Amino acid sequence: MPLWTLRGLGQGIATTNWPDRPEGDTGQQSGYGMPTIGAEPCHDACRACAEVCPTRAIQLDTRDRLATLDYGRCIACQLCVDACPSGTLQTGAEWAFGVREREDLRWSSNPATRSEHALISHIDASFRGSLHIRHVDAGSCNGCESELQALVNPFYNLHRLGIFFTPSPRAADLLLVTGTVTAAMREPLMATWEAMPEPRRVLACGTCAVCGGVSADTYAGGHGVEGILPVDVWLPGCPPNPAAIIEALLLLLERKPQRIQRGRVHAP
Amino acid sequence: MSLGFEKLSLEPVALHARVQALLATGGRMQMAYAWHAQTDRIEVRYLAAPAPSQPFQVWCCRPDEHTLPSLTTCAPLLGWYEREIHDLYGVCFTDHPQPYPLIADGWMDTTPLIHASGWQRQLHAPHHVPDVHGDDVQLLSFGPVRAGAVESAQFLFHYLGESILHYQPRLFFKHRGMERAFEGRDPLTATTIAERVSGVGSVAHALAYCQAIEDAAGCDVPQRAQQWRAVLAELERLYNHLYYFGHLADTTTLKVGHAEGALLSERAKQLNAHMTGSRFLRNVLTPGGLRRDITMTHDCLNTLYVLRKQVDSYLVELERTTSYLDRLITTGVLTRQVAFDQGATGPVERASGLDRDLRRDHPYAAYRWLKVSVPLADEGDAYARAKVRAAELRASFDLLDTLIPSLTAGPVRAECPLQPGSEGLGWAESPRGSLFYAVHINGDGKLARVKIKSPSFSNWRAFPFTVHRTNMMDYAINQASFGLTIAGCDR
Repeated sequence: MPLWTLRGLGQGIATTNWPDRPEGDTGQQSGYGMPTIGAEPCHDACRACAEVCPTRAIQLDTRDRLATLDYGRCIACQLCVDACPSGTLQTGAEWAFGVREREDLRWSSNPATRSEHALISHIDASFRGSLHIRHVDAGSCNGCESELQALVNPFYNLHRLGIFFTPSPRAADLLLVTGTVTAAMREPLMATWEAMPEPRRVLACGTCAVCGGVSADTYAGGHGVEGILPVDVWLPGCPPNPAAIIEALLLLLERKPQRIQRGRVHAP
Repeated sequence: MSLGFEKLSLEPVALHARVQALLATGGRMQMAYAWHAQTDRIEVRYLAAPAPSQPFQVWCCRPDEHTLPSLTTCAPLLGWYEREIHDLYGVCFTDHPQPYPLIADGWMDTTPLIHASGWQRQLHAPHHVPDVHGDDVQLLSFGPVRAGAVESAQFLFHYLGESILHYQPRLFFKHRGMERAFEGRDPLTATTIAERVSGVGSVAHALAYCQAIEDAAGCDVPQRAQQWRAVLAELERLYNHLYYFGHLADTTTLKVGHAEGALLSERAKQLNAHMTGSRFLRNVLTPGGLRRDITMTHDCLNTLYVLRKQVDSYLVELERTTSYLDRLITTGVLTRQVAFDQGATGPVERASGLDRDLRRDHPYAAYRWLKVSVPLADEGDAYARAKVRAAELRASFDLLDTLIPSLTAGPVRAECPLQPGSEGLGWAESPRGSLFYAVHINGDGKLARVKIKSPSFSNWRAFPFTVHRTNMMDYAINQASFGLTIAGCDR
């Protein structure tokens, strides 16, 4: 009869010391993040990136050069990077794309000046230590669920941060939505939201939940939770990796600052 | 490169005899789908697998006034395909034993649903449950939002105390119209869509899709790309099967076993990211080969070597744990006959004694040059399904050991020029079983129709047969032992 507890203890600590130690192992050092826009100027009348983008995240200007990139629509497929002849679009390493305002996911070659405003405190200090999540899959490819389940594996060990998944919406503080919000899942999603006590928050997790993703234009796939639920944090990614989900949860709890503003990294 | 299938036209009246002849000679139906061969002409296609190692057959059949005879009574696994064709294309199947919607309910228009423009908000998941009643019989409706971070589906149990009288899953809440999402796109870049049909099957979906396009184009994929494709497919099997054991240990309340399985799966995913930049091995495959070359670093080889030792030790420990074995043995028996009739696939059918594996029977990519061992079991219970997957994990490490040192130098991508109006068929043995893609190219060189036959669609049909007349305590274990996804089934 194997002694599982002894076996587990014998294997030592598997959990990363990140994010308590910012230099710790996120587990994502070699993964690709969202594409970045480099300093190389874009070619006139090129159109290559916009034509190849499967989710229409890229808009061009009047001379058919890159004008805006909406990270909220980006599935990090790297097709634009492969197609870009000038090297303007590059493979990026940044994946912590959780933001409080949808606008912050839009990169523009000509950004409107933004008055720096202090974030309004959304979460009462006494609630920051602990969070209970009710997850709803509203029509995902199961990539997001795979990463959500990974959050509770010994490497990330979400519980150490005081964050838990809860079966009942009655006990939940946060509604974490994945998937495009299909026609058939809209009603169960709303019923879950209605069952949650206030104060209640919403995290749109993954590009599908932010904008609908690759199935946005079909008869059954939806356009994400925008306009359906009041979103507190938007987290694009396809899927967002477990560390990106942790960053977004800590952003919601105001235990981590937002890294992305207007589609650009603003590392504090 | 033509993977090889025979195409023939059949009249509706000849279908029954043809299916019976196929079954009598050891063959099996695989799937059926409809498409618009011309704007106003629907054609239904049946994919048949004659005895193993013979080429697949595609039967093309034109419905008489939108009607075809149902073949469900002689090949039960076709039941769901026929209902899906009815929902999406409006073709009626006469004498169908279950004549109600499968994919989506609430569509009343004359246009086929698959071509409906825009989001149809009134669609809902079909709900047809047999009338089960009697003293003390209760209905437990569980879902579609269930405990944990899991996929959405509703499970309906008619039960009496601890005994389940009748079980019915209500699926397709997650139906996104993924086949529609391909239509009109450029075939050479639509691999990104295939990778997002079922996230944990990204490689298998991309591979089957790319091979279907290559089949249509008659494209020869360079050897190095073929080898890397097999490496990626086996890496996908590793992290999926490791997750499977963690989940199975969780349902048998083996907490440390759950944690260890989840940790090993995480290490495999981190290895994936290290090799390809993606934890799900996405963004590598393309029609014609690979999007870029990959190098096998010393670090990766070392990680793989260490992982193998950890996995071996973990599996040995599980196989010695009597409390775990006790919950699996005799749980959720799927008989060989039901597995065959209902179309079970992958480790599920192989645990019920059906000896089929596309990697060996219809080899593709580097599997053409490899000897693929296909583990089997006869018992058909949860233990047999776990045993087959454990043996597959070990076989995957063996395959990687053979493949990686033999990687040849050379290009990884060939041109893949498509002729307008061409069509192709591709397949892959995913971690969950057989996966097929049928593609049709329109006159502008864009995708006109893509049909996806996913392994979970097949296995969800077989699964309820193992739940009726069992008990509630075993349900979660039995479901975990099938290793089903819902996104793959619902599409």
